[in-house]
Amino acid sequence: MPEIITKNLNLWYSGFHALKSINLAFQEKRITAIIGPSGCGKSTLLRVFNRMNDLIEGVRIEGEVLIDGENILDGDFADLVKLRKKVGMVFQRPNPFPLSVYENIVFGLKVHHLVRKREHDLIVRESLESVMLWNDLKDKLHRNALGLSLEQKQRLCIARAIAIKPDILLMDEPCSALDPQATLKIEELMQKLKKDYTIIIVTHNMQQAARTSDDAGFMLLGELIEFDRTVEMFTAPKDRMTEDYITGRYG
Amino acid sequence: MERIFDEELKQLRQDILLMASWAEEEIFKSVEALKQRNKALADEVIASDKKIDELENKIDEFCLDLIAMRQPVAQDLRFITMAMQINSDLERIADLAVDIAQRVLDLILQPVLKPLIDIPKLASLAQQMVKEAIDAFINKDVELARKVVLSDKEADALRDLVQKELIYDYLVKDGQTAPRAVPLILVARHLERICDHATNIAEDVIYMIQAKVVRHHPEKL
Repeated sequence: MPEIITKNLNLWYSGFHALKSINLAFQEKRITAIIGPSGCGKSTLLRVFNRMNDLIEGVRIEGEVLIDGENILDGDFADLVKLRKKVGMVFQRPNPFPLSVYENIVFGLKVHHLVRKREHDLIVRESLESVMLWNDLKDKLHRNALGLSLEQKQRLCIARAIAIKPDILLMDEPCSALDPQATLKIEELMQKLKKDYTIIIVTHNMQQAARTSDDAGFMLLGELIEFDRTVEMFTAPKDRMTEDYITGRYG
Repeated sequence: MERIFDEELKQLRQDILLMASWAEEEIFKSVEALKQRNKALADEVIASDKKIDELENKIDEFCLDLIAMRQPVAQDLRFITMAMQINSDLERIADLAVDIAQRVLDLILQPVLKPLIDIPKLASLAQQMVKEAIDAFINKDVELARKVVLSDKEADALRDLVQKELIYDYLVKDGQTAPRAVPLILVARHLERICDHATNIAEDVIYMIQAKVVRHHPEKL
């Protein structure tokens, strides 16, 4: 079943047409990778799904983005807090708050008033277990999160995102600041998480897209050139431009 | 944009071409040895097998290196994996030429059983199919590859013809002809197997170009 559907989605940064008539359906509980060269619009597309572009001056968006049948771009859909409860995001550089490990995870719970305080301990534990950090951090829950390793910080950010139990996890180059070993561990974590979450990942790393995703979309100059199962795209892409890009001939 | 990888793919193509030219030469020589009852030529075929085996290993290793180092995808991936299969088919073709040469060594120790008519026909079909399969590979020619695949039936029919004649006109009538008739039946079988390998190569070429699996799916041809 599709979790996110975009219909004729267009986005302009002032005069620049950054997304051109994107029609797509992201399937639930699968990992979808969006690939393409710098400036192709892939991060812009990702940011549409939790309306992170709203803050940028001169942005104009047309079309529809349906999540649970509701158009999140609708004028009536004013409830950003509600949207971000459904759609979590993990960024390129791990960005924990300068708070304790514990406070980082319960931050979203407090914002969304989701559970009573006495349940916080349980959710902290569950979230850290989900990202395989519990054993490492169970005795360091009140240490400042900025003291963690890069990989631990990124795991913590994922734990923070899933603590509020979203349906969708957006990941914008989540491993580009990590070393290869940490990258593999985050990728394994993604496989584990997709049982419960719909994951959309934007990546420059083609091998990462091939290794991790079930579906893949290739974007170029704001257009969605091809969207298919990843295995199809990486063995027999249908479009010549996709072929040139994934084989490194583009440029 | 030219990549370093493109040079390596060109090298792989060259190696496959060399392998193909050697395999074609071995078929030609083994068939000539049969027609001329030429022991020296048959010995040459048997001796050449080692260098072909070595080249097979070298190509295989090169393909594995490329997969490990370059993580090929799409047409590059199909090219390298099909090159591996074609490499293996060419080596088997050369082995079958050796098998024919060994039958020749048996046959020339005995008087001629009969003039050869259909075996040379099957031999030229085998040579033609191998040549066309390789041409299709070089020129990325799907039509030629299709033609090779469709020729396989003709090869089967010629083999059946040779077998029937040798069994019913010779073996059944006179068991004493067995030491001369059986090697000829085997030669026909070796030649038909060469045609099968040429068909495999042609099917791989179609997959390489069109990403369409026609092996075991003649309806998709």
